[in-house]
Amino acid sequence: MTIQVKAEAISLRKKNKQIVQNINFTIEGNKIVGLLGRNGAGKTSLLSILAAFRPATNGRFLLNGEDVFENPRAMEQIIFVRERNVEYETDKVSRWMDAAQQSRPNFDRAYADELAKRFRLPQDSQVAKLSRGMQSALHVIIGLASRAPVTLFDEAYLGMDAPAREIFYEEVLRDFVEHPRLIILSTHLISEMDGLFEEVAILHEGELLLHEGKEEVLERGYRLTGDAEAVDQLAENKRVLKTESLGGTKSVMVYGELVEKDERLARSHGLEIGTLSLQELFIHLTEVDDHE
Amino acid sequence: MRPTLDDKRPIFQQIREMIEDEIVDGRLLEESQAPSTNQLVAYYKINPATVLKGLNELVDAGILYKKRGVGMFVAKGAKATLLNERKQVFQEDYVARMLQEANRLGLSVEDVQQMIDSMKKRGDAK
Repeated sequence: MTIQVKAEAISLRKKNKQIVQNINFTIEGNKIVGLLGRNGAGKTSLLSILAAFRPATNGRFLLNGEDVFENPRAMEQIIFVRERNVEYETDKVSRWMDAAQQSRPNFDRAYADELAKRFRLPQDSQVAKLSRGMQSALHVIIGLASRAPVTLFDEAYLGMDAPAREIFYEEVLRDFVEHPRLIILSTHLISEMDGLFEEVAILHEGELLLHEGKEEVLERGYRLTGDAEAVDQLAENKRVLKTESLGGTKSVMVYGELVEKDERLARSHGLEIGTLSLQELFIHLTEVDDHE
Repeated sequence: MRPTLDDKRPIFQQIREMIEDEIVDGRLLEESQAPSTNQLVAYYKINPATVLKGLNELVDAGILYKKRGVGMFVAKGAKATLLNERKQVFQEDYVARMLQEANRLGLSVEDVQQMIDSMKKRGDAK
């Protein structure tokens, strides 16, 4: 059976403050989804609801048609990897691994040990004494080795240095290929992680701005570079996100699909047509509301 | 294989072009197995769906074909097909642009021809 998760009109209010509002989406099949949002956009709150860690004020989250909240059978299939306070954890790392192995039916201890080696995580250390990066590595290792059908990583890279993050991304892909599942990764490190995603969801000020295949999102804009006059002519009446000029050369970021007529025109003027990065589109899309 | 991907063009398109280059340059022979999705995922650290999109375009274009349970292979005649396509692209992208620029500089086609001849003589052109 193809896995399906569905958010139905999820809202969360905290002390009269709207944290997330009317979130609707469906994800079908095993894939890696990027949940993008600026700080305070509501990513952690939304993921907490998906993981059944907290109830929504309104709406519900369904896994294969079943509401996950207070549903042990559904919750067993979801793992939520997040930063947490381990100040008073006197247990050793290996003890945490044991606990995960006992509570997670698909937990692969050999893989967890292999990951611990890759991240250079000492298993005989006390969890409380780990550096922040190593704490993140521990959470990530348990998240990956649990092989839960729905795996949620909430900015799981926090505190990791660049080489450790690289290992994290590599392992997400490698283990996904060998053990396909539904993985949602929240992040604002978009330029580093965009290659991982098949689908992208953008959360902005508590609302879901878009949820689409990544390639479709990337087709929402393009860049034109070349002779300033020709660029201006083509960019006229279009939504220009950003303009850069150097001498007689101009480069514009255009929001909107590149239609064939314009493409031909641009080529005939010798203009260079380029793609926008997910990060550039994200920055723009999460800025718009500030002005409107 | 190209070591890195750039951000000027869609990634799936670059995967497609990378395989095409291998075939055109003769590093990937007809009837031999193309790199697998998993190999490409591990090498470029990109999502398997992106890799598949590039590979499937090559299947649709008749450059690769699928063998069930084995993988993708280079079709017979793939190299000739690609060379033909590239010659057309060469004409449109390089030759047309060259003439456009020549025109801008006030050079005639004969002038350009002379330049090509002298380049050839100097042995700069390969």
